[in-house]
Amino acid sequence: MSEGWQNYVRRIEELAAASGLKFHPVDFEAVPDSFMMEIAVYGLPVRMPHWSFGVRYIYQLIQRHMGHSRLFEVVFPGNPGHAYLAESNGLAENILVTAHVLGHADFARNNLLFRRCQEQVSERIVEHAANHARQIQQAIETHGAQRVEAALDAALSLEQHVDIDQALRRPRYPEYLEDAKALVDDEFHRRFAALEPAAGGSVVESKKRAPVPAHPERDLLWFVANYAPEMESWERDIFLAVREESFYFYPVFATQIMNEGWASYWHARLLREADFVPQQAYLDAIKCHSDVVRPVAAEQQVSLSINPYHLGFAMWEKIVAKDGLEAARHIMEQDDDFGFVRNHLTRELADELGLFRYSARSDGQIKVLEADLTALHEALLGPKYNFGAPTVSAMRVRNDGTLELVHDSSVDGRGLDLERSRKVLDYLQKLWRRPIVLTTVNQAGSALELTAP
Amino acid sequence: MNEADGRHGDKPGAAKWYELFSRGARDWLRHDEKVREAVRANLPEIIAGGEVINDSSRTVRVPVRMLEHYHFRLRRPEESQGAGQGKAKPGDVFSDPTRQQGPGNKGEGGRDEGEIQLLLEFKVDDIVDWLWEEMQLPNLKARAGPSDETDWVREGWDRRGARSRLDRRRSFKELVKRRGTPGATPTFTDEDLRFRQLTRRRQPAVHAVVFFMLDVSGSMSDRDRKLAKTFFFWVVQGLRRAYRSLETVFVAHTTEAWEFNEPDFFQVSGTGGTVASTGLAKVREIIDARYNPGRSNIYLFYASDGDNSVSDAGDARAALSTIAGDACFTGYVEVSSGLSRQLATETGKLFAELTAAGCAAGSYALNDFDDVWGAVRHFFTAESHAGDAAPSGDPAPPPGNP
Repeated sequence: MSEGWQNYVRRIEELAAASGLKFHPVDFEAVPDSFMMEIAVYGLPVRMPHWSFGVRYIYQLIQRHMGHSRLFEVVFPGNPGHAYLAESNGLAENILVTAHVLGHADFARNNLLFRRCQEQVSERIVEHAANHARQIQQAIETHGAQRVEAALDAALSLEQHVDIDQALRRPRYPEYLEDAKALVDDEFHRRFAALEPAAGGSVVESKKRAPVPAHPERDLLWFVANYAPEMESWERDIFLAVREESFYFYPVFATQIMNEGWASYWHARLLREADFVPQQAYLDAIKCHSDVVRPVAAEQQVSLSINPYHLGFAMWEKIVAKDGLEAARHIMEQDDDFGFVRNHLTRELADELGLFRYSARSDGQIKVLEADLTALHEALLGPKYNFGAPTVSAMRVRNDGTLELVHDSSVDGRGLDLERSRKVLDYLQKLWRRPIVLTTVNQAGSALELTAP
Repeated sequence: MNEADGRHGDKPGAAKWYELFSRGARDWLRHDEKVREAVRANLPEIIAGGEVINDSSRTVRVPVRMLEHYHFRLRRPEESQGAGQGKAKPGDVFSDPTRQQGPGNKGEGGRDEGEIQLLLEFKVDDIVDWLWEEMQLPNLKARAGPSDETDWVREGWDRRGARSRLDRRRSFKELVKRRGTPGATPTFTDEDLRFRQLTRRRQPAVHAVVFFMLDVSGSMSDRDRKLAKTFFFWVVQGLRRAYRSLETVFVAHTTEAWEFNEPDFFQVSGTGGTVASTGLAKVREIIDARYNPGRSNIYLFYASDGDNSVSDAGDARAALSTIAGDACFTGYVEVSSGLSRQLATETGKLFAELTAAGCAAGSYALNDFDDVWGAVRHFFTAESHAGDAAPSGDPAPPPGNP
């Protein structure tokens, strides 16, 4: 690793602060490539053990082996933030990456979604996740690897099924239905009650148990952790630990285009303004920048996916050029990718970037569709709805403890993949320990029930 | 910034934890273990598939897919929409056969998990152990008398010997005996030293020879031969559990018979009719020339589609019964892919007679790779019962007695 980069960190930070970036301090740490890769696989520097991460790890190893992906940095929001830089980065790359990280740090401190989630989860997610890992290690020692793995199989398979609009630490449903009559408290009712005390004697009767769940519940992790009839407390803890990490991952997921674009915009801008960077390093860094934000791989004419760095970068450039930095900061604070793309990806910009919408048949034939801006927005955002997961809610717990799950196919447009869903039910059933019924639709659109066991 | 500088400054050379430990590798090993468990649980089905057998090495390769950690996922649509970028006009059509999965799954797990196939290698010995446990197959009993094989056995002590064979406890006892007086510091003399001695002992016969006889006449298809091969492979593995030294002899026949080495054996295909007696005569000839039935455990497994020529029945019966008299077990598998005639063939009848006559013999109809396990189980349970009842079986001498 080039030591020279250390000397630039403070100067870049000063430049960033002078340019209006507001960020918490960031700890920079240079780590070996192997560890960078693990951070990318786990999403957090220290995270609970699970075999599925091993699978991702191998995919990542293969990708790296084939030279497809190179990781320069991973940054974790917080106060202070943590940034891990690859030791193999050259000086120019590190200068660029430092500026990039500060862009992320500014975003994470000011974007509302990030702020809210950090308020919920705390600003020390890295430590929290390490604590979860330790807690799970203890559970393995006490309860055996097999039982812990069963709990993690279930919890991690539901990791996207959280309700981000509720508080992280939300209260259980009220035990009893509110008595509608008691709310009416006017002159007449008071006099009426005083006239004949016996008339109000049905108070006990009117106290009815509230159904569980009180409304269709899409935070499955929370619901299972709180209402599973026979779960051990350490198993509930595992569900809640996974849920907490999902609360952390959500803003990263839901603002990827904005966030990467913002960081790319700032690394480019800070680099332009950093007159203290030597000529050669500057050129190298610019080269590196253009690699990162390039729309399509060099050898390709057409790409069937969109590089979020490129799209976000282009959008921010446009916004700043048109409306000024103040307006851009405002947008950065308030939007997530949904609002950002729908409001600010204009027809002109889409044409300029050569964005198109296509339909892919299962036999591999791909057809470019006619330009339609709204449809393009939705094609871009489609994979991001609902944390990228189908809309599955808990509907009811029957008297015998059977859990009823319902998939809302009217939202998703089609039914669930039955084989996978069955496997998920199998995972979950081991923890719920009573039957589970999942309703979805089949190919023809008629209702279909999956059950476990 | 200070923190950043401090972090790098504080402990030069001190290894960080992440340089010593890879979580990714740990979780990958767990994945691997899970795959092995899954393979083990479905072993008979998996290895019954003919592809896994790896000649000449003691391992079996099983192609497996990476495990997928399942999430709720939408059904793959007939047609999905996505957004792309580049030089493309509405109406352009390209084909991208690699792109099986729609663009809809960009989240984690969106990769096509089936892309990578692992080739897991299992030791054949492990597999056989698992299987024998799983199927509760009896261990075979070796029969046959003494053999010429000898082995070194530990026996007695001597005052002279190699340093490495010094028996310290024994030597110390001698010292104590000699001095008789406790308390004084004992000093060893050469007199006290005792060395373990070795002596050559003849071992009981644990030698076996298996004859694999294959009908390669025109009516046997490639698939039939492959079925036979798979079956033979596992027979050898099973017998290896019981015999320290196992020889294999491969005989193929049409209207004539030849002995082959293993690699060629399964490649051979012939034309013309089937005369089983030629093959049996060849086996007889080889037994007489090379093996002593008193010392070797002889097994014969014959695979054929059963269409022996009718005129050969008498010869074949005669040849078979002389072999069956000397053999621990004779087995017949009828490989007739597609047609399941259930042993109602010429050859099938011959073996049925043999079994009826109380000889250690058995037959099994092998129609598909799924049946291979049934066949192995059938023969190994039959063989062990036959071994119990076989009147000709000399009781194996207790080990260690010359």
